Amino acid sequence: MSEIVLQIDGKKVVAAAGMTILEAAQTVGIAIPTLCHHEKLAPYGACRICTVEAESRGRMNMVAACTYPAEQDLVVTTRSEKVDKIRKVLLEQMLSHAPDSVQLTELAKVYGADKDRFSKESSFCILCGLCVRYCAEVKKKNAIGYIDRGPRREISFVPEVAGKECWDCKECFDLCPTSALQAAYVLTEALAATPTPDDDGCGSGGCGSGGCGCKH
Amino acid sequence: MLMINSPAELEACRKDILSKRDPKKPCITLCSGSACHATGSEKVARAIELEVKNHGLDVEVDIRRTGCHGFCEKGPIVVIYPEGICYLKVQPEDVCEIISHTFKEKKIVERLLYCDPNTGEKATFEHDIPFYKNQERLVLGLNRKIDPKSFEDYMAVGGYQALSKALFEMTPEEVIGEVKGANLRGRGGAGFPSGLKWEMARNAPGDVKYVIVNCDEGDPGAYMDRSLMEGNPFAVLEGLMIGAYAIGAREGYVYVRQEYPLAVSNLAEAMKQATRHGLLGKNILGSGFDFTVKVHCGAGAFICGEETSLLMSLEGKAGEPNPRPPFPATKGLWGKPTNINNVETWANIPLVINKGAAAFSALGTEVSKGTKIFSLVGKVNNTGLVEVPMGIPLRDIIYKIGGGVPGGKKFKAVQTGGPSGGCIPEALLDIKVDFEELTKAGAMMGSGGMIVMDEDTCMVDISRYFLEFLSDESCGKCTPCREGIRRMLRILTDMTTGKGKEGDLELLEELAETTKGASLCALGKGSPNPVLSTMHYFREEYEAHIVHKRCPSLSCKELINYVIDPEKCKACGSCFRQCPAEAIHGGKKMIHEVIQEKCTKCGTCLEACPARFGAVKKISGEPVPAPLSEAQRTMA
Repeated sequence: MSEIVLQIDGKKVVAAAGMTILEAAQTVGIAIPTLCHHEKLAPYGACRICTVEAESRGRMNMVAACTYPAEQDLVVTTRSEKVDKIRKVLLEQMLSHAPDSVQLTELAKVYGADKDRFSKESSFCILCGLCVRYCAEVKKKNAIGYIDRGPRREISFVPEVAGKECWDCKECFDLCPTSALQAAYVLTEALAATPTPDDDGCGSGGCGSGGCGCKH
Repeated sequence: MLMINSPAELEACRKDILSKRDPKKPCITLCSGSACHATGSEKVARAIELEVKNHGLDVEVDIRRTGCHGFCEKGPIVVIYPEGICYLKVQPEDVCEIISHTFKEKKIVERLLYCDPNTGEKATFEHDIPFYKNQERLVLGLNRKIDPKSFEDYMAVGGYQALSKALFEMTPEEVIGEVKGANLRGRGGAGFPSGLKWEMARNAPGDVKYVIVNCDEGDPGAYMDRSLMEGNPFAVLEGLMIGAYAIGAREGYVYVRQEYPLAVSNLAEAMKQATRHGLLGKNILGSGFDFTVKVHCGAGAFICGEETSLLMSLEGKAGEPNPRPPFPATKGLWGKPTNINNVETWANIPLVINKGAAAFSALGTEVSKGTKIFSLVGKVNNTGLVEVPMGIPLRDIIYKIGGGVPGGKKFKAVQTGGPSGGCIPEALLDIKVDFEELTKAGAMMGSGGMIVMDEDTCMVDISRYFLEFLSDESCGKCTPCREGIRRMLRILTDMTTGKGKEGDLELLEELAETTKGASLCALGKGSPNPVLSTMHYFREEYEAHIVHKRCPSLSCKELINYVIDPEKCKACGSCFRQCPAEAIHGGKKMIHEVIQEKCTKCGTCLEACPARFGAVKKISGEPVPAPLSEAQRTMA
């Protein structure tokens, strides 16, 4: 495989073809923060916390290190005023959902993010998609997915699949950076255990939260 | 008609079609695009058929139902050839007069002609109407000459000449060279050079490649692609086939909105006829080039106009963007090299091949060549589709073609480029319209939406409107877009409802910077543009909302009050009777008053008050006068 030479934070890095900026940086011990990245999963580029500056042919772009391929002569800056500012605001936005998340709190210290800057949101989920993608890509079960879009997007178990597959797995629990998944799952589980005649798939009178995708 | 198996047969077929047509034979054309459909062109069409028959003219007169002419404000439009007499806003009851006057007595029906609202001057012919006169309709112009469902019509205007030329006189590389030389840039938004894109797809390794028409037009108020697809699907298909030949693709897709039923059915009919004549399918014109097309109806997500989301949707997955690189040109549909262009871009291809790069690029500015179709809507007299050469001053589009702002109101701004575009103020109206200039002004070309706004439009509310649209249409995959739009929309909603706070503008700027800098796709990256451009040009409006809780355009409902001037009220009772909320304190010979607690701010009283009194007015940012006592209200 051909080698690619690029520069990350002033360091010359030799990367293999097909590597991302994130992987190339890891080979020389440069840490770039990530939340939605998982080595067993295909790069996704959703949380954008790994945003870095990448200069190619005289043009500077802000790119996600976890998805952008390492290119010959690319000049990458992983920390700058601009990068830090973006990461700070992204963290503050995510902390409005999950103010107690350990991972987020740790990062907040580094970037000076204020967890109380924005008003709190009702959902804990930061939609990193680790659970959804792990279930699809590694377990190949698709027991959990997304519903709705934009600011209304949320994760939801598919009751029919989850009822069969999730009891003995629960591997996604440990992946969740906010423990929102666990809460949602436990709720679904609890409600699914008490079926009633007017059962609409998730339990008596619906789950009440929309967390399971029923009509409440 | 038989299969056409060679360029010679194609030309023989064309000759045959033309030989049966007499250019001097009278022909009534009726615009039958979606817009005219809505204003009753269906009924007009039936009336024309009936009248022509009744007058025994069915042999002497041709009737042709064409695609959109562009002047949608005045539809349905009837043009009578060979003279080119243009009748506007034709209704079924006008048809009898048109037929008897124009055909039998050779007289003009004056009342159906275009009348200039400023000078009162009438225009008999299409080319005398200012709306058309100042345009350069190279692409859209064919719409009015052909029935979109007629292969013969398309052949009669030179259809498939470009395809034949490309297949038999040019190598794929030469075709790409021509498109590159023409400097044709993508008409769908970003303005990427089409030739370069084609070259990338051609050079990408792989046997199976795809070409795709992006007809997922979704910008509010924009309908150029719909009209092209409805009015001239053959040209789009011809462009697509030339692209396929150049790139080395044998299969194509048309991704079209389900909300465009007429476009879908006209396209399907065009495909059927092209297939019947051997202009789709195997061994086209005997060249050895095979090509088939499939139509895919989108399910209504704006984001699917973004090319990586479009590909996801085509593959049957949720329409969400993927990071680029890899670009579709190297890894697109089902992982194969794919070239996606917008409808208008494809429709330009036959033109580029027929005229040649040099002639095509003679029109336009240094960096943007050819013409661009805009959909001119909003507070402008002549709404419709306008095709103009790149580089035309923005002012000409709005005033010369658009006829200015109606009702004597003052022009305030023009929003270009759809939800990711920006608002351009009066001071910049002389900029030349091309990709670079619009971007420099803080807006963008986008797919060609152009919304004119007058003094009654609140710029804070406009930016709120676009963010609300984007909030509904964001896929929610990445944090900066999902959360950034959510926060920005909340701040703007607060401002328009009198809850704006000090520091909001700085916060908006910060959120905008993050969303612009870190979002995954163009929807997110562009989403702060409406906010940033209005904040740049109309900052004082934002400040008025925040600091004084005042809406300078008197538009934000929560920030205005309706009041009646006691000096001017004549107690006519007009507002009292019409108020749907019973919020007027009336009475015989009693000065009327708005009961603020009950008022829903619908504006009925303002419209109801006779102009000669003009007693009702809107106020904002100032205290509502104290209610009058019974004695004060009693008129002498």
